[in-house]
Amino acid sequence: MTKTLLKVSDLKTRFHTPEGVIHAVNGVSFEVKEGETVAVVGESGCGKSVSMMSMLKLIPTPPGDIYSGEVLYRGNDLLKKSEQEMEDVRGKEIAMIFQDPMTSLNPVLTVRRQLTESLREHLNFTAEQAEKRAVELLEQVGIPDAARRVQDYPHQFSGGMRQRVMIAMALSCAPSLLIADEPTTALDVTIQAQIVELVTRLRESLRMAVIWITHDLGVVAGMADRVIVMYAGFIVEQASVEDLYDSPSHPYTLSLIAALPRVDRRRDQRLKSIPGSPPNLLVEPKGCPFAPRCEFVMEKCRQENPMLAEIGSDHFAACWVDVKTGAPR
Amino acid sequence: MTTHTPSIPQLAEDLATPPLTLSQLGWLRFRRHKMALVGVVIIIFLFLFAFGGALIYSEQYANYTDTSLRLLPPSAEHPFGTDTIGRDILARTIYGGQISLFIGIVAVIIETLLGILVGALAGYYGGWVDSLLMRITEALLNIPTIFLLLVMAKFFGGQVPEIDIGGRVFSGSVIVIVVIIGATSWMYLARIVRAEFLSLKENEFVLAARATGTSNAQIIFLHILPNTFAPIIVSSTLSVANAILSEAYISFLGLGVQAPTATWGNMLDSSANYLDSAPWLWFFPGMLILLTVLSINFLGDGLRDALDPRSRTV
Amino acid sequence: MSDKPLVEVQDMKKHFPVSSGLIIQRNVGLVRAVDGVSFSIAKGETLGMVGESGCGKTTVGRTMLGLYPATSGSVTIDGDDILHLKGRDQLRVRRKAQIIFQDPYASLNPRWTVSAIISEPMRVHKLFATEKERTERARELMNLVGLNPRLLNRFPHEFSGGQRQRIGIARALASDPLFIVCDEPISALDVSIQAQVVDLLEELQDRLGLTYLFIAHDLSMVRHICDRVLVLYLGVMVELADRDELYENPLHPYTKALLSAVPIPDPRKDRARKRTILTGDVPSPLNPPGGCRFHTRCPIAMDVCKKEVPEWREAVPSHFVACHAVETGKTE
Ligand SMILES: Nc1ncnc2c1ncn2[C@@H]1O[C@H](COP(=O)(O)OP(=O)(O)O)[C@@H](O)[C@H]1O
Ligand SMILES: Nc1ncnc2c1ncn2[C@@H]1O[C@H](COP(=O)(O)OP(=O)(O)O)[C@@H](O)[C@H]1O
Ligand SMILES: [Mg+2]
Ligand SMILES: [Mg+2]
Repeated sequence: MTKTLLKVSDLKTRFHTPEGVIHAVNGVSFEVKEGETVAVVGESGCGKSVSMMSMLKLIPTPPGDIYSGEVLYRGNDLLKKSEQEMEDVRGKEIAMIFQDPMTSLNPVLTVRRQLTESLREHLNFTAEQAEKRAVELLEQVGIPDAARRVQDYPHQFSGGMRQRVMIAMALSCAPSLLIADEPTTALDVTIQAQIVELVTRLRESLRMAVIWITHDLGVVAGMADRVIVMYAGFIVEQASVEDLYDSPSHPYTLSLIAALPRVDRRRDQRLKSIPGSPPNLLVEPKGCPFAPRCEFVMEKCRQENPMLAEIGSDHFAACWVDVKTGAPR
Repeated sequence: MTTHTPSIPQLAEDLATPPLTLSQLGWLRFRRHKMALVGVVIIIFLFLFAFGGALIYSEQYANYTDTSLRLLPPSAEHPFGTDTIGRDILARTIYGGQISLFIGIVAVIIETLLGILVGALAGYYGGWVDSLLMRITEALLNIPTIFLLLVMAKFFGGQVPEIDIGGRVFSGSVIVIVVIIGATSWMYLARIVRAEFLSLKENEFVLAARATGTSNAQIIFLHILPNTFAPIIVSSTLSVANAILSEAYISFLGLGVQAPTATWGNMLDSSANYLDSAPWLWFFPGMLILLTVLSINFLGDGLRDALDPRSRTV
Repeated sequence: MSDKPLVEVQDMKKHFPVSSGLIIQRNVGLVRAVDGVSFSIAKGETLGMVGESGCGKTTVGRTMLGLYPATSGSVTIDGDDILHLKGRDQLRVRRKAQIIFQDPYASLNPRWTVSAIISEPMRVHKLFATEKERTERARELMNLVGLNPRLLNRFPHEFSGGQRQRIGIARALASDPLFIVCDEPISALDVSIQAQVVDLLEELQDRLGLTYLFIAHDLSMVRHICDRVLVLYLGVMVELADRDELYENPLHPYTKALLSAVPIPDPRKDRARKRTILTGDVPSPLNPPGGCRFHTRCPIAMDVCKKEVPEWREAVPSHFVACHAVETGKTE
């Protein structure tokens, strides 16, 4: 049994906006073990990014408000830490990469400057050590001609290369956990494949845990150990990657899989799309948030929101219905 | 083709986005600018003063000369005092205010039309049209505005006869000044509009219109222009203050609107020799100009924020 | 499907001049975004066009509709030479060919109501006598694309990405076109919403007999929706075949690499397969590599690939490819 690295319990975040209160994260609990890759999947706006940002206390307050929960990282509650202590955790212990690399790269500084700065600050490297390490890092993430490219500005790199630079920055202090927030959503499939392969390789060589956020169940099939499916700020299903694809147990997961086209098969029918649009987070849902779009919906679903329950070994789902039989659970 | 269900999934009735319209969002953002709200209140007050005041004091009274009453300091009878030929300054600031505000607004309308036309053509068509229009714009920008104003005022001043509108006689110089101010101030706006057009014309909604066969004129005026309103409104608002100030400059140099029509600017001009001896001559019109310019600038700042189309937050 | 194709593109090129200099603009180079593509699409057919970003897919789509002036070549749509018509005649062809864009945010005028957006093509082509009839048609179109007609007076920003894409589709349908260029209509959408939009496109094709050029950078949806697939690399065609033929028997190493980059939503299968991961990015079309343009990234490049442009030939009946390795039979 490997050790638990991160344990999140009952995390809740909301935003107070002029339109009303947005219930972005509504009680999220999960664990990440050391060296494990966990995928967080769900449509846009279902609270994936806000959950991660809340864990790292990166939510702007106001309008944000983390009003419940505990985030234990190696046993210490991050939510209780001061901003200064958090600065040490971010980057050094937990690093994050984003969909748009430009959000974490400074456009007016060279890559060298940005890489060496964090090395010298967090790890007390000397100038030469940092310089050397910066080039090594770029080589490690597969940037050709690293010794020369280190002097370039972020805009001089292509989208995929920029994402690699960002990964190099994230890895500079050898974090134990890497949170990747849709790092490949804006990229071509070929570049996505490169980045996935890179992260998989680095994860193994650095023995780092990874949380990979995506809206595409296809991407994570080959790389994740465990998958968490989110909907409307709730976790609706959680299982090992094989179990999830073999026996999806929440109607939402089922629909996400059915909506994927397959390159490896001849087409047999229309894709099954999920009708309707994602939920309005302005109203606190009564009953199951997926009920309005669910094909298995029963009267009970509209009244009471099901809790996440263990339905198989290490397989959790929050649904009143057994999707295999269509009967109530 | 495989078999298919003939129905198309109907989307949920409600929209995904919050129930606030853009204008509501804009108002919420505007409201946060306390100074902009103060600006609006002052501007309303100034209009009431200039146009409501006319109900209390007649124009004859404002132009009524009685040298025996010259240079009286403020008193109950003449709250703002009297000028060098005994006219009531309060009444003159009221009628002068009408002209100054008129000049400010009409000059800006001219400026805005010119600026939009030049900027839109340059930005949309690009190429030699753009080069030509922008060279002219830059050339004009490099000549100090005050110099242009003075030369044109000197050249055209006094060539337009007096005009009679609704029984009131205005010096023809009002029209000249309005046109001159409008014609010398459109360049900044033209550059703003051009930049907006340059980026907006690459937008896919413009391509969609072209793919349909929409004419260039419709694309310019119906598709792109409405999307540049925010910066145009902000810039034009601020220009009103500049136009009023410009009128004051030229008037102060004696080339502005001619007597007997009063403006805040030419009232200041006639006070030049009495700066120490009769400060009420310049204090009241000067204060009114200052108030107008400041409040319009506050309003402009508020609008800039409220109308920012890129921001969807409050 | 009739014999005469509805759409025919012949040796179309589009080069963008790159100019520099502040006052006197000098042309310092040419971006060869599209460098000679020829294909045809039969009535009612969906041709897929795939390739990585920067391969010139958008440029092909826009140039063939006359939105960019073509450098050379010809495009016929329903018998009309679209690139060389002017005025009224051009308007007539514009009615027959429409386009759907990738970015659901930039493709709708934020200051127009949905009603104005959808009825614009009808106004331009004077399709109905009165505004009332046009609004009536707009309501029908809203229903057709699965949006509530009550929302006609709303503004685009009030809609989600998928809903906006439906509005774009309704606008494209408003002039009763025969042919629609779908330029990555789903790339900016969530996977679950992608399926909705693709289902809608298929449904509309069945009902209205539409012909599509479906552009994508991802081969998975293309297999689902297209009848034939054209693979583009750096402005030139590298492979063209019927859908299942292409997926089951890809010949060009670039097609193979694109296929192997697509994730398979099945953990065991995805882990088990052998992947060729392309290195690096698409080179700049400002200075495309000589010989075969793909040789710089090709896992099986030979000497001849650097020197000679491979010939476009029919390797298997109705399966075209441009690759030296296929010619010599060394494909692995
Ligand atoms: N700063 C913010 N202010 C108000 N609402 C926010 C803010 N950030 C996120 N939200 C809302 O929180 C919800 C969840 O967002 P997010 O976690 O970013 O979704 P995703 O799953 O796509 O990452 C969304 O409805 C979003 O509108
Ligand atoms: N208006 C333009 N001016 C100059 N170069 C352009 C222009 N539009 C596209 N290009 C270039 O042409 C190439 C092909 O672009 P594009 O057709 O958008 O590719 P894709 O749609 O396959 O991603 C790119 O290298 C791009 O930089
Ligand atoms: Mg997100
Ligand atoms: Mg494109």
